[in-house]
Amino acid sequence: MTVQQQPNTFRAGPDERGHFGIYGGRFVAETLMPLILELEKAYAAAKDDPAFQAEMGGYLTHYVGRPSPLYFAERLTEHCGGAKIYFKRDELNHTGAHKVNNVLGQIMLARRMGKKRIIAETGAGQHGVATATLCARFGLECIVYMGAVDVERQKPNVFRMNMLGAEVIPVQSGSRTLKDAMNEALRDWVTNVETTFYCIGTVAGPHPYPMMVRDFQSIIGRETREQMLAAEGRLPDSLIACIGGGSNAMGLFHPFLDDRSIEIYGVEAAGHGLSTGLHAASITGGRPGVLHGNRTYLLMDDDGQIKEAHSISAGLDYPGIGPEHSWLNDSGRVTYLSATDEEALTAFQLCCKLEGIIPALEPAHALAKVTELAPKKPKDHLMVMNMCGRGDKDIFTVADHLGSRLG
Amino acid sequence: MTTRIDRRFAALKDEGRAALVTFFTAGDPDHATSLAILKAAPAAGADVVELGMPFTDPMADGPAVQASSLRALEAGQTLHKTLDLVRAFRIGDRDTPIVLMGYYNPIYIYGVDRFLTDALSGGVDGLIVVDLPPEEDDELCVPALKAGLNFIRLTTPTTDDKRLPAVLANTSGFVYYVSITGITGAATPEFGRVAQAVARIKRHTDLPIAVGFGVKNAEHAREIAQGADGVVVGSALVEAVRTSLDADGKATAKTVPAVSDLIASLAAGVRGARVKQARTSAANPKFATQLPRVGSRTSGSKRH
Repeated sequence: MTVQQQPNTFRAGPDERGHFGIYGGRFVAETLMPLILELEKAYAAAKDDPAFQAEMGGYLTHYVGRPSPLYFAERLTEHCGGAKIYFKRDELNHTGAHKVNNVLGQIMLARRMGKKRIIAETGAGQHGVATATLCARFGLECIVYMGAVDVERQKPNVFRMNMLGAEVIPVQSGSRTLKDAMNEALRDWVTNVETTFYCIGTVAGPHPYPMMVRDFQSIIGRETREQMLAAEGRLPDSLIACIGGGSNAMGLFHPFLDDRSIEIYGVEAAGHGLSTGLHAASITGGRPGVLHGNRTYLLMDDDGQIKEAHSISAGLDYPGIGPEHSWLNDSGRVTYLSATDEEALTAFQLCCKLEGIIPALEPAHALAKVTELAPKKPKDHLMVMNMCGRGDKDIFTVADHLGSRLG
Repeated sequence: MTTRIDRRFAALKDEGRAALVTFFTAGDPDHATSLAILKAAPAAGADVVELGMPFTDPMADGPAVQASSLRALEAGQTLHKTLDLVRAFRIGDRDTPIVLMGYYNPIYIYGVDRFLTDALSGGVDGLIVVDLPPEEDDELCVPALKAGLNFIRLTTPTTDDKRLPAVLANTSGFVYYVSITGITGAATPEFGRVAQAVARIKRHTDLPIAVGFGVKNAEHAREIAQGADGVVVGSALVEAVRTSLDADGKATAKTVPAVSDLIASLAAGVRGARVKQARTSAANPKFATQLPRVGSRTSGSKRH
């Protein structure tokens, strides 16, 4: 895409119709439209309500465990021999990933709207676990749609959700992964529209979801700003995060978008390699289209049929991306890269050995690009990577790929 | 400007009965069989044909239409071929309105202007695009209306009186009332509520109102046809396709007749709905002469 003229601010979007440039929007069935308008109103009111913000702040501190640390990855920094690498430790949140930041916000909004039945889609299971957790905490009914393929490869998280009282429904349609789980959640929502709140796990879907989820996740970037100023006395020079739908990345990036000197990198999953066609890199390997309520970069064929995504990481295995990322790509503000399964696995092992941190396979993709970019930067370059999830859930997948057996 | 859809609904109003609107997926189970199903439909009793444009991710559809879409895609159906299908149908039928129904992405990728040109020249009369609410009218609805196609909008139980005018504003041809909150082919609607909803929408518009989602058999069709101007049946018809297939999912000699016979039975339901009113309201010779048309199903299905 050609780079558009740079706007005065990158933080003003979306417009009142939910558009980031040509991206975003509200491409949903009429049954859902009144609900989406109601949600938009309810969120606008909650956002400006100090009581809502204060209550959320309390739970973020005492239940989620925020702020998450900004950690200097000293041995990885030595290993790379360039930029000073920091991890934003969102894997230390309750439930083990950044997903809980958003779910807390949405569940509190659902309560405000008087909804007692919560549905969610999940890929890796992290969003499902976070949703099940908060539904348990607040006594709400929880139904999680999960592709049957993902149910198989993320068994520990399925068990967690069940323990937390959620009903996990394996989705057998289509490619039986995250996009199909989202289709099925939308079908449930259309059917049970009066009683149900759909807790979307990423910065995608119809307006206001991309904006709302970004707002809830932006605590990651706001904390990083303060913490970096405290640690180094200045802002970072680069930010890097992995992207499936892109919520952890939007959360880290958004508060820094108007600090133009900061380089920002999003890392998509290149699966077996972009040239094989078996990947999940919507921006690098896709083009703009309309799916799941928004216009955004998608993987599809020449007839506009959605292609299956491929990634070792269930959390990145989605053929689309949040619409704000599509806009940030076209405007040139954020650079989108991709990492293959192999690169992620190598980075995964490196992180375990050097830092004593087992990363989720999702941030291992970002880590792979850190190990490429950091060596080329000077030693006073401050690089922040969002460690958005821990890898306990992935040990079976990794063991499988490394040819070793567990248990 | 009147369209085929306007003319068909006006003619049926004169006859004193509702329209039977039949849905099947273009290219299901394969292109040739699909064309045969399409060609046989009017003779079997279909008044308006809705042709599904298959999509990989039909979010508003239930398992029957999902499976039907996948069968069509696996058999190689594309939007190009769907337009070819309409063109082939139009050679032998200048009167039966055809409405294309589906999701926006394949049209967006085909190119809106090019799609409208090809749809019009191929003989398409109207469009139903599930994921384009009035909020996105600039995308396709406004250009389609300008080009001379009808844009048929879905209204649902969640579309209240406050929102209805916005939904109806750019609607033409007919209004499609979704009888349930839910996906296609799922729950059976409560007929009393549907009748109330139809009456409510009629206060806002003079357009004909067709009711669909969850209409499975002749009895349902008869109930709905008492108050509505049209009855839409989809999932039941694509299920008739599915159950007629062989073990490998290929069409059999039974496929076309299975669909045509169900259409005939639904048509009988629709045509029987207002018999009482018709009989009491003096003589309606037009209506009487129309009734035997149901019988033409056998010849219609045998032709293919």
